[in-house]
Amino acid sequence: MAQAILTKQERKQIKEGMWDKNPITFQVLGICSSLAVTTQLKTALVMCAALTFVVAMSNVVISLLRNMIPSKIRIIIQLSVISSLVIVADQFLRAYMYDVSKQLSVFVGLIITNCIVMGRAEAYAMANPPRQSFIDGLGNGLGYSAVLILVAIGREILGSGTLLGYPVVPRFMYDHGYVNCGIMVLAPGAFFLLGMIIWIQRALSGYTEQH
Amino acid sequence: MEHYVSLAVKSIFVENILLAYFLGMCSFLVCSKKVETAIGLGCAVVFVLTITTPASWAVNHFLLEKGALAWAGVPDVDLSFLSFIAFIAVIAAMTQIVEMVIDRFSPKLYTALGIFLPLIAVNCAILGAALFMDERDYNFPESVVFGFGSGVGWALAIIAMSAIRKKLEYSNIPSSLRGLGITMILTGLMAMGFMCFAGISL
Repeated sequence: MAQAILTKQERKQIKEGMWDKNPITFQVLGICSSLAVTTQLKTALVMCAALTFVVAMSNVVISLLRNMIPSKIRIIIQLSVISSLVIVADQFLRAYMYDVSKQLSVFVGLIITNCIVMGRAEAYAMANPPRQSFIDGLGNGLGYSAVLILVAIGREILGSGTLLGYPVVPRFMYDHGYVNCGIMVLAPGAFFLLGMIIWIQRALSGYTEQH
Repeated sequence: MEHYVSLAVKSIFVENILLAYFLGMCSFLVCSKKVETAIGLGCAVVFVLTITTPASWAVNHFLLEKGALAWAGVPDVDLSFLSFIAFIAVIAAMTQIVEMVIDRFSPKLYTALGIFLPLIAVNCAILGAALFMDERDYNFPESVVFGFGSGVGWALAIIAMSAIRKKLEYSNIPSSLRGLGITMILTGLMAMGFMCFAGISL
């Protein structure tokens, strides 16, 4: 058996990002952009890939630069690193996946102000070496992706009866009067689903907010 | 004139930047616990959006767009791929300038808004409005109206939410739904309410 790619601690770090300290449900970060792209699973998947790329790479770059960044202007340096990476992701999407990039419209650009990216850069990458920072970014990116994909699956099945564009709700159900739940395609559906997911996740992990 | 009123109504109610496009959720969720905080942050957002959206328009129109650099003698240059980094720089610089100007001319307003201004630089609503303005090709007066309207819509939503959350303190919510979970569901209900405006056009 080949040597494990990730050490035990690194695996724990990824798990922490995905479950115990999930950026969306636990830290209340990055919800802004997460909901608008979840009407379909396809756009959500692309968005997740773009965000995970940006958060992991920005963590690496900022971690490499961490000893050179003067603390007074660190925010603006972090912002310029992040926006350069977002421009790379955006140009890539425009070149290879034009349709999806049109659907995502401004939301790719909004990865810049996604609090997860800034938050991880500020809280983790400024104080840790590149490899750990990369793993941390990956874990948080995947944690965000997990929630996003769940919301997108829920919204696409309930709202349009399809998954990745393929019909999943069987024909006979429509014949017997089943109707797609239109509200799921609209904004409120996303809020409700995310609220439910947060509830379930917190009930399982036993985390409660203090008044 | 009618066109601008219609655009303002559209950006405040029908296409509320928070409830229809989910922008500015982070600060919306964190800062809606107290009514005073919500009002302060709401006013700051209106203020900053009204300034940064036209400023981003100007940067886009005179520097970045295809052919925008014709005045400098290079009409073939297309820098529009730089728009993200340019907008975020405009926003960060503008919030800094606004902060200094307010500090100089109205210390009272500065103490009221002071702590919120740096926070705003990374509020998705601000960058989102600039990007929407770019995508929808608004002209200068439209971008002013759109910036102002989006800001008012956002402020309206956060102030209403903080008032609801104040009432909520006395209700008995399942412990793991408390805080973020119930706030999301309430936001969904508010979004449904705002959808009633959808048919209105002036």
